[in-house]
Amino acid sequence: MSYVLGCDVGGTFTDLLLINEKTGETFRGKTPSTPADQSIGVMKGITRICSDAGIKPTEISELMHGTTVATNAILEGKGANVGLIVTDGYRQVLQIGRSYVPGGLAGWLIWPKPTPLALLENTVEVKERMGARGDVVRKLEPDSVVAACKVLKKQKVQAVTVSLMNSFANGAHEKKIRKIVEKELPGVPVSLSHEVLPEMYEYERTLTAVANSYVRPTVSKYLGNLEKALKKKTGDCKYKVLRSDGGLMAFGNASDRPVSLMMSGPAGGVAGALWVAKQSGFKNLLTFDMGGTSTDVALIENGDPQLRRETRVGDVTVRSSSLDVRTVGAGGGSLARVPELTGALRVGPESAGADPGPACYGKGGTEPAVTDANVVLGHLPPSLIGGEMKLDVKASRAAIKKAVADPLKISIEAAAEGVIKIVNENMFGALRLVSIEQGYDPRDFSLIGFGGAGPLHANALGKLTGSWPVIIPPGPGVLCAYGDATTRVRNESSQTFVRRYSETNNKEVLKILNDLTKSAAQSLIKEGIPKKEHQIVWEVDLRYTGQGFSLTVPCKLNGFDKNGLAQAAKSFDASHTRMFTFALDAEHEIVNLRAIVMGDAPNVKAVKAGKGSASANAAVIDDKHTIWSDGKSHKAKIYDRSKLKAGNKIPGPAVVTEFDSTTVILADCQGVIDKVGCILITPKGWKGNKAKPKAKAKKKAASKSKAKK
Amino acid sequence: MAKSKTSAQIIQTNNKPFKKVKVDAITLDIVESALRNARYEMDATVFRTAMSPGIREQHDAFPLIADRNGKMVVGQFGSFISGFLEGYDGTIEEGDVFFTNDPYKVQGAVSHANDWLIVLPIFYTGRLVGWSCHFGHMTDNGGKVPGSMPTDATTIFEEGLVTPPTKLYKKGVLQETLLELMLNQVRLPTWNRSDLNAILAACRVAEKRVKEMCDRFGVDTYVSATQAALDRNLRAVGGLIQQAIGVEPVTFEDYIDDDGRGYGPYKIKCSMWREGKKVVLDWEGTDPQAVGSINFYLNENMLKMFWGVYMIMVFDPEILFNDGFYELVDVRIPQGTLLKPNFPAALSCRTHALGRIFDTFAALLGQKNPDFLAAAGFSSSPHFMYSGTDKRGEWYQLYQIGFGGIPARPHGDGPDGHSMWPSFTNVPQEYLEAYFPLRIEKHETVADTGGAGFYRGGNALRVDYGFLEDGEISIHDDRWLTYPWGVTGGEPGERSIKVMYRGGYDTGVVEYHLSKCDNVKVKAGDILAFITWGGGGVGNPLERPAETVALEIRRGLVTPDGALRYGVVANKAGKVDEAATKKLRKQMQAKRPKTTPVFDKGPDLKTIMANCEEETHLTAPRPPIFQPENELKQAAE
Repeated sequence: MSYVLGCDVGGTFTDLLLINEKTGETFRGKTPSTPADQSIGVMKGITRICSDAGIKPTEISELMHGTTVATNAILEGKGANVGLIVTDGYRQVLQIGRSYVPGGLAGWLIWPKPTPLALLENTVEVKERMGARGDVVRKLEPDSVVAACKVLKKQKVQAVTVSLMNSFANGAHEKKIRKIVEKELPGVPVSLSHEVLPEMYEYERTLTAVANSYVRPTVSKYLGNLEKALKKKTGDCKYKVLRSDGGLMAFGNASDRPVSLMMSGPAGGVAGALWVAKQSGFKNLLTFDMGGTSTDVALIENGDPQLRRETRVGDVTVRSSSLDVRTVGAGGGSLARVPELTGALRVGPESAGADPGPACYGKGGTEPAVTDANVVLGHLPPSLIGGEMKLDVKASRAAIKKAVADPLKISIEAAAEGVIKIVNENMFGALRLVSIEQGYDPRDFSLIGFGGAGPLHANALGKLTGSWPVIIPPGPGVLCAYGDATTRVRNESSQTFVRRYSETNNKEVLKILNDLTKSAAQSLIKEGIPKKEHQIVWEVDLRYTGQGFSLTVPCKLNGFDKNGLAQAAKSFDASHTRMFTFALDAEHEIVNLRAIVMGDAPNVKAVKAGKGSASANAAVIDDKHTIWSDGKSHKAKIYDRSKLKAGNKIPGPAVVTEFDSTTVILADCQGVIDKVGCILITPKGWKGNKAKPKAKAKKKAASKSKAKK
Repeated sequence: MAKSKTSAQIIQTNNKPFKKVKVDAITLDIVESALRNARYEMDATVFRTAMSPGIREQHDAFPLIADRNGKMVVGQFGSFISGFLEGYDGTIEEGDVFFTNDPYKVQGAVSHANDWLIVLPIFYTGRLVGWSCHFGHMTDNGGKVPGSMPTDATTIFEEGLVTPPTKLYKKGVLQETLLELMLNQVRLPTWNRSDLNAILAACRVAEKRVKEMCDRFGVDTYVSATQAALDRNLRAVGGLIQQAIGVEPVTFEDYIDDDGRGYGPYKIKCSMWREGKKVVLDWEGTDPQAVGSINFYLNENMLKMFWGVYMIMVFDPEILFNDGFYELVDVRIPQGTLLKPNFPAALSCRTHALGRIFDTFAALLGQKNPDFLAAAGFSSSPHFMYSGTDKRGEWYQLYQIGFGGIPARPHGDGPDGHSMWPSFTNVPQEYLEAYFPLRIEKHETVADTGGAGFYRGGNALRVDYGFLEDGEISIHDDRWLTYPWGVTGGEPGERSIKVMYRGGYDTGVVEYHLSKCDNVKVKAGDILAFITWGGGGVGNPLERPAETVALEIRRGLVTPDGALRYGVVANKAGKVDEAATKKLRKQMQAKRPKTTPVFDKGPDLKTIMANCEEETHLTAPRPPIFQPENELKQAAE
């Protein structure tokens, strides 16, 4: 037998999902994460899930892994001591950054400036200079590099980044420097900015290459150890890790380019949502992954998640592709409070964390968290199936009363509902960012809720966004692992090529795209994926000459030599109009060219849910429960999800519990179990999306502001 | 409506009055969050679609969304609508979009003609429910010099295009003749067109969002919620004023060094006190208006907003900011002064006064509360401009904003070479090199320029522009003469300086340039070192941990010589000589005054003037010659 194992290491739990490649049968596992060395938790989890499934570890043919090792190294400031080599005159490239101070007018009064990822005392200048078009203005003086290495040696750097001015246009000097560094500082890994990110903008490129160095020793050590331990256990097996952009790469490649793993975790959620939704027949999705301290949301149109050309973790924003996942600092653990001066209810970003946790955990927490509000409202029943702890309702009520209800002079239930409404609004804000603000109407999408707390809030968010049906996949708490197990290998190559349309032609661009394709395909071939399985996508980043930002548009190589650029311009104008309400009659300019090569998706079959009748009564475990919503109490039933069958209808208000999550169905909504076991929630009497007419203003504004030259 | 003072006539097709409804606290929070998101969306739209580096890369553009009476509910750098309504004489109808850049016609709502303002009334089912506005600084506005901010101008007529409040769209129809006429006056019509498009698109985004909110919550709830948001701010700021502002007047005065015409310094003076619930900001004692272009026609609501933001940031950054508190502030600016000049005084270089006003606020608010007192830092918003025709025969023109040392704050060092203006960023040096005939030889901060203190002031920024084509430059900066002051024992920061290396670093031909100048010819091969100011320090430098000073030597932010100002003796490698340090610190401490003065402004003005030439390589400015008072009065009439 052959099994695929998905494994997602989160902050609190390591989730595992074992899939029988032939039958699609799955086994779920959850084990506490081991932050000191994540591989310990992973190995424990593998042992356990194999014994649960009754298989030998050697039957696992492929392991797909989502990891937060890189993310945490940055968030916790525990990365490598990085040395940075820069062009003469640019030692403070990270110290100055873009000179930006967040917080608006007078924000400088309170902004705590973070320390650069490569310390200034570890940053050294070398004598050389490239011009903007890649011309050598000043030859590299090797002696200056040797001198720089001496400083870095004394500073005991563990990784080195070389980032020179205009290296995106010509990387020759960076390459020469690498040779010298490898000689002077043997064993220290070197990252070159023009290889990590061959794009213009010295600060962003430097930061990205430095971030790569910063997480590199941690990531390569972790993956190296894990691979060793795995080899012992599973024998001959392919090990792959999920990148921020949702593609998979072999452990070895990941160790060289760890900056691309910074959002590996959330990418697993998106990939999992995508896979489950596909089985249910949904292609347009808003993903809503709500955990304890934060919530990740993303938009998927027509089965393709949106890619963003940057990744943000904590204070650090690097130019590395990631799925366009927005994170808000609000989750089940976010604390509610009412500041005295304004009397306004605030939720988050402070979090109760795991210890003491929300008041209801009974571990000494007295400040109310979102979870407490859910307890007060009955959305979270006091004892959960498979839950090892009982929730302390009294403690939740007391906490909400003191911190929210009393200051606002309202009832405890109204206060709890207020907390939920505020936190939902914050998440709605994040969902708007990925949908409305990108020009998409959320009513064209379905909202898929997962993560520990997602199914509690998904129905309410569906009401705000109008994204029906709201989908709650089976095993919402381990969906990320599902994503890890069902994605495909992906690699991309890109090049900055700033040319106005009048300065280049179809042929020249086509040649570059072909070269990029070759270089992107190489790593797949190295991983044993034959050329015939490659699927290739090409992209061009365009803007109007003079603009600063570019938009990415897809293109096809077939026929590119005839009208490729014209076609790309057409798509660009359409995107620009959709996003900004106008297009310009200005010349187009190319910024970047890109080729993305993907392998086949793993062949994982979905499990069909057993068929049942319309009545879900067999799954009811409590019919005397009460929940609060819309300012009143409602009688509600509690259902055991494992007993629900395809076709079962669950009228709201209802609560559905399972071992890793709890789903709320509101009073004016209902749920239906579909063929693969998803709960599809819709308003009662719902007749399809787009029930509401579109806002009239939209079209008017778009047509009128079309500018002329 | 703001009907009492204005002759603007708002025409609604539906005159049903709004019903005042009670908005629960949670709905109010939701409306506020949604409006804030809409504002960020406005920013994003502009930064992504504008063309001039000043707006696109540096973000010299500011949005706001206001309630139906024109009070800003979200935004941060302007409350332009009251001024606009008072200055505009005509109808306002659904589909109209207004344009203006005339400070005198909108009571200073925009303060120089480079700022192009779009005002868009938002109608919902025939009734006015709000406004969205946005202004952006255009790289060029026509007039006598590239960049349109002539330092030698004496009237606004020399500063390019000046358009009173005018309909750019009439009932949804673009007034193309007007637009073409405007664009025909400027040197970079493509940029102006695109930037104007960008800020208009941003206003449209806000319009859309406001209408969606009216759909979602009901129009009465939306309108009532905006009022409630303003009321909430009024209460919060009211409480803050009672806590933080005393009835005893506090006074502060500071200077703009010169006017670019050889005269200066000019005094700005403000007194602040509380009368009952209200705060009075009285600018009596500020110098009369300048003959040149450094006047700052200051809109009173704008000033209230600046003051309010400062107050909130200093004392309680949790308060959500809007225009609600305006009735609590009484602004008194004498007519005919630098801050309320008479038409047609030149205004283009008002940025120095703007910077000095912020320094003044910090000083006024913190004077009696030293725990909240930051040092000085705004030199101004330094500008660098470079233009000419390149070898291919194409016109190039750069307008760039510089940065400097952020002052030390009450709770930490000032960042080196950062922006004090909201949301501003620098233009990447690689970008400059790719699109302009420039090579940026250095982009770094200058060691020891930040004022010494327990918390160090940020270091000055140094940008070395290597010119690759013959052309012309303009420089606008300040604080080259007076010092960015330190507080509570901290020392002042270093002053700004502009050095030109003719033909390169090695030729020995070095020129020192005025802080404010236009039409300076440069040749390919020349290099200009544009060095800004250092921020002042906070607290006694002798108490700064010696190890921190040593670390900063290793970081190149302080030199071993500079470390002596902290009483720290250390070598180039940043190793502290502990015995020598202890001894030196004791000696220096003994020389410090018994009671630490709140401000350290450096030497007095007389000494500064006497040493000017020797220290700055520039001639000291002559005392300003003001127009006689009767002449000013006549001009006002």
